[in-house]
Amino acid sequence: MKIPFSYTWRSLWARRLTTALTLTGLTLVAFVFAAVLMLSRGVENTMIETGSPDNAIILRKSATSELVSQIDRDHANIMKTFPEVALLPDGKPFASTETFVVINMRKKGSNDMGNISVRGVSPEAMELRPQVSLKEGRWFTFGTQEIVIGTSINEQFQNASIGDRIAFGGTFWTIVGVVDGQGSAFDSEVWGDANQIMAAFNRPVYSIVLIRLRSAEEFDALKLRIEQDPRTSYTEVKREQVFYREQSQALSGFIKGLGLVVTIIFSIGAMIGAMITMYAAVANRTREIGTLRALGFRRRSVLGAFLIESILLSLIGGTFGVALASFMSLVKISTTNFGTFSELAFGFALAPDIIVSTLIFAVVMGVVGGFLPAVRASRLNILAALRSA
Amino acid sequence: MIEVRNVSKSYRRDSLRVPVLNNITISVPDGEFLALMGPSGSGKTTLLNLIAGIDRPDDGSIEVNGTNVAALSESALAQWRANNVGFIFQFYNLLPVLTAFENVELPLLLTNLPKKKRREHVEAALTLVGLADRMGHYPKQLSGGQEQRVAIARALVTDPTVLVADEPTGDLDRVSAGEVMTLLDRLNKEFKKTIVMVTHDPRAAEKAHKVMHLDKGELT
Ligand SMILES: Nc1ncnc2c1ncn2[C@@H]1O[C@H](COP(=O)(O)OP(=O)(O)O)[C@@H](O)[C@H]1O
Ligand SMILES: [Mg+2]
Repeated sequence: MKIPFSYTWRSLWARRLTTALTLTGLTLVAFVFAAVLMLSRGVENTMIETGSPDNAIILRKSATSELVSQIDRDHANIMKTFPEVALLPDGKPFASTETFVVINMRKKGSNDMGNISVRGVSPEAMELRPQVSLKEGRWFTFGTQEIVIGTSINEQFQNASIGDRIAFGGTFWTIVGVVDGQGSAFDSEVWGDANQIMAAFNRPVYSIVLIRLRSAEEFDALKLRIEQDPRTSYTEVKREQVFYREQSQALSGFIKGLGLVVTIIFSIGAMIGAMITMYAAVANRTREIGTLRALGFRRRSVLGAFLIESILLSLIGGTFGVALASFMSLVKISTTNFGTFSELAFGFALAPDIIVSTLIFAVVMGVVGGFLPAVRASRLNILAALRSA
Repeated sequence: MIEVRNVSKSYRRDSLRVPVLNNITISVPDGEFLALMGPSGSGKTTLLNLIAGIDRPDDGSIEVNGTNVAALSESALAQWRANNVGFIFQFYNLLPVLTAFENVELPLLLTNLPKKKRREHVEAALTLVGLADRMGHYPKQLSGGQEQRVAIARALVTDPTVLVADEPTGDLDRVSAGEVMTLLDRLNKEFKKTIVMVTHDPRAAEKAHKVMHLDKGELT
């Protein structure tokens, strides 16, 4: 590339008004592109945080979520005694038999109804999930109608503070604590005693069994045992992290899919904008192009110079877009997770690969928008170009 | 040595063929300072462009130092121009976003000279045209005469075989025009540069060794 780079960026600077206008469009598109990827990544991260590597979750086969899974009490108790399950110091299995129901609560501000997951747990549940810790108040007492709520519910729903009583399952439940799930889906759950909740909802069966493996390698052995035992073969075991990742795929995929379609539509506008700017640049600089060609610069040098000008423009737009999008990591969003049909709070998560993808996307916009004008510049007839005003 | 032999050229306007040059033969020895004169539309610029290798004849041949210019491929011709031709235009044609120094350096970017050598050449060329103190100036910070002198520095910095100048004083006031002509005269006398210049200006033509008149595509 023989035409100096200073020619390229000074030309952009020389027409700073049109450059700024074109940049605005490119920046906005890059911003939306990055924000979509960040949002979908935020959902995935939230769900992955929800699992621990040596935990395994047992659900009914073909149950797509905890909500629709059912496991018989007796069979749950059999699985808790399998040798792959870790033991607590007192000799009891390190496992929690849990039930999962959905209730409605009103959101602050909009007053809309939102679905809330209620998880009835065994006393081992807290230790099985070390990422969940008490933030305010105290844990509920087993054998009573007390509950704790996640921080997102505390922040986003009405009547969701310590001391409030909420009604579901035909009875009142007292909030005694707020728990912090460190950004996991547990931030959007209510926890109480499994037995109390099953009694209130008249539910004879558990939803899932969560167990701590004696070691992460025991997973395959447990899987085989559950498949081969005729009493438990109607269930299926998954690593907890794998399960929660699957739970997020529908939502993160939806965000990514819809978001990228919208982004691509926007990007057509931005590319046309870049193309118009570059065609105008070629028209305004026709005599400069003729001069460069007369001096001995080749067609492909001219092509390269104009293509680089367009790519530089879009890369600056991409950089601004990413910078703008990085502020989105301060924003938190709550919506219904399709996997569980209940509220899930998550943020925008920026990652190096998202920055790279956005910049690549910007370069593609620059190439597509700049290609035809650059071809026109390189095809100009020297004499006609030199004669132009 | 430039040899133009039996060159004809016509342009197509709509479906009409407009003859511009008709069987022209001229020979310009090394070190010559040739002025082409004639009324507007007589084909002066066309002839100059053919010699400079930015246009091709319909018929005939143009040889510069033994190279048949018209037979070169497009990219070979570009390289040939970079090595052999220095252009001086009526409207200077400096790139507005580049400084005087950078404008003069442009043709050197097409050579293999290292940066340090390029700097030496550019400084020497700008000193020769009397603008050593304006190297960092942009074209719009210079007067027309100064711009044309920068353009002359750009034309001679690669030490080309021939300088082609199309009405180099056409856009200048009398004083600036005089300076530019003195400079071209000096390049011819002192540095033995071959110069082919198109001009309307009899005062400019005075500096040339030889004046040729074109009328309706024929030498008169
Ligand atoms: N690229 C072109 N296409 C069509 N006609 C042209 C072109 N270049 C020159 N002409 C015509 O050729 C004739 C001679 O032009 P030119 O060589 O520029 O004359 P001069 O420089 O003597 O004024 C003019 O009639 C001009 O209109
Ligand atoms: Mg002319």
